[in-house]
Amino acid sequence: MSKKIRIATTSLAGCFGCHMSFLDIDERLTQLAEAVEFNRSPITDIKQCSACDIGLIEGGVCNADNVHVLREFRDQCKMLVAVGACAINGGLPAMRNEVPLEECLTEAYIDGIGIENPVIPNDPELPLLLNKVHPIHEIVTIDYFLPGCPPSADEFWAFLSDIIAGQEPVLATELIHFD
Amino acid sequence: MTGYFKLDGRSIPFQPGQTIIQAAADADVYIPHLCYHPDFTPHGSCKLCSVQVNGRICSACTFPASDGLEVLSETSDLNARRQKITQMLFVEGNHFCPYCEKSGNCQLQAVAYHVKMLDSHFPHFFPQRPLDATHPDVLLDYDRCIFCALCVRASQEADGKNVFALSGRNINKHLIINSESGTLKDSDIAAEDKAVEVCPTGALLRRGQAYKTPIGQRQYDHQDIEQVSLQQEKAHDV
Repeated sequence: MSKKIRIATTSLAGCFGCHMSFLDIDERLTQLAEAVEFNRSPITDIKQCSACDIGLIEGGVCNADNVHVLREFRDQCKMLVAVGACAINGGLPAMRNEVPLEECLTEAYIDGIGIENPVIPNDPELPLLLNKVHPIHEIVTIDYFLPGCPPSADEFWAFLSDIIAGQEPVLATELIHFD
Repeated sequence: MTGYFKLDGRSIPFQPGQTIIQAAADADVYIPHLCYHPDFTPHGSCKLCSVQVNGRICSACTFPASDGLEVLSETSDLNARRQKITQMLFVEGNHFCPYCEKSGNCQLQAVAYHVKMLDSHFPHFFPQRPLDATHPDVLLDYDRCIFCALCVRASQEADGKNVFALSGRNINKHLIINSESGTLKDSDIAAEDKAVEVCPTGALLRRGQAYKTPIGQRQYDHQDIEQVSLQQEKAHDV
C-alpha cells in the first residue's frame, strides 16, 4: 500500500466554521481516512507540525502567534492551502481594519456596556495583536485557495479527491462561492 | 455602416452605430463587463471588456464595430488580464461577501466567479471609507463602490436627476453626492430610481430588502453571469 497523504490543519483568526464544514463531508470521511493521515490539527490535538504533504489554513492573521503558526506550516507543508474567506481576504475579522487597534481594545475592554474592572488584557502569554488583520497570502506563499464562508463540504471533497487521485485540483465553477 | 467582423473566429453582424459589445450580445456572445449597461452611454472604465482588435487591446463597450475587424476575446491572455482586473477591484475596496447583503446578486462577485477568481492575489488596501446611512430608503456603502459610474449615468439619463458624480484620483477617488450636506438624505435620490437599481455591487442598496431572498437562491448562485447577462440583453431588445 502506498504511503498515506499527510495533512495538517489549523484555524488562525477564524471561527472553526471551515473545519466544521470539512467534517460535513460526512461518510466520505471513511474514504478520506483510508488515503490520508492527520498531523497537527484540532482533530488530532498534535501541537507541532512535522513534514506534511498538505496544510489547510483557516482564518486570517491577526496576531503574532498566527504569524508564527503560519510560518511553521509553510516550512513543513509541501502544499499550503488558504481555506475560506478569512484566510483569503481577512474576512469578518478584517472588519476591524477600519478602526484603529487602540479604539477596538478600548471599546471591548474599557468603554463597552456592562464591563466590570475595565482593563486591557496584558498577560505575557497572550499573543500581541497586529494593527490589521491580513490575508495569509500577504505573509507566506500560498499554493491553492478554497473560497467560501465556509467552503462547502463538496468543495473540500472535490479538492481532496483530486489530491488523492494525484491530480492538480481544479474547482468547478458551481463550487466557487464567496459567501 | 453594417457588415461583419470576426470575433474569436466567428462572423458577427452589426447594425449602424453599434459597438463591439452590443453586436456581440446580439449574436449571443458574452464579453465580461461591469461598467457597461445597454441602457446607458458607455464609460469604458472597468476594462473587463477589453478585447484585442486587430492586435491592439481596446474596450469592447466603446469600440465601434466595423467591417472586417479581427477581434479576439476568449483568449487565455485576455482572461488572465480580466482575472487580475477583478482581483484589483476587490483589493482596492472592502468587498467582504459573507456580510454583504448583495451577495449572490452582485455582478462584481459573479464576474469573479466567471473568471474563476479564487483569491485576491494582491495585498489588500483596506481603505477607510464612510457609510452613508442618512437616507431612510437608500443606503450607500462606499466600501463597495467600484467607480463604474453607472449610478452617475442612470441618475442623469434615466431618472432625470443629477445625484452622483465621481471625484478625486487614485486611491482617493470617490463617489460624491449632489446635495448641500453631501449626504443622501438631502439629495433627490429615491429608492425606485434606476441609479440605485443599476449598481453592480452592494454599494447602493434599497433598504429593507436585505435577506428577503435567502443566500443560495439568488441570481448568480446557480447561474453564470454569462447566461444571466445574455438573457437580460434579449429582454432589453424586446
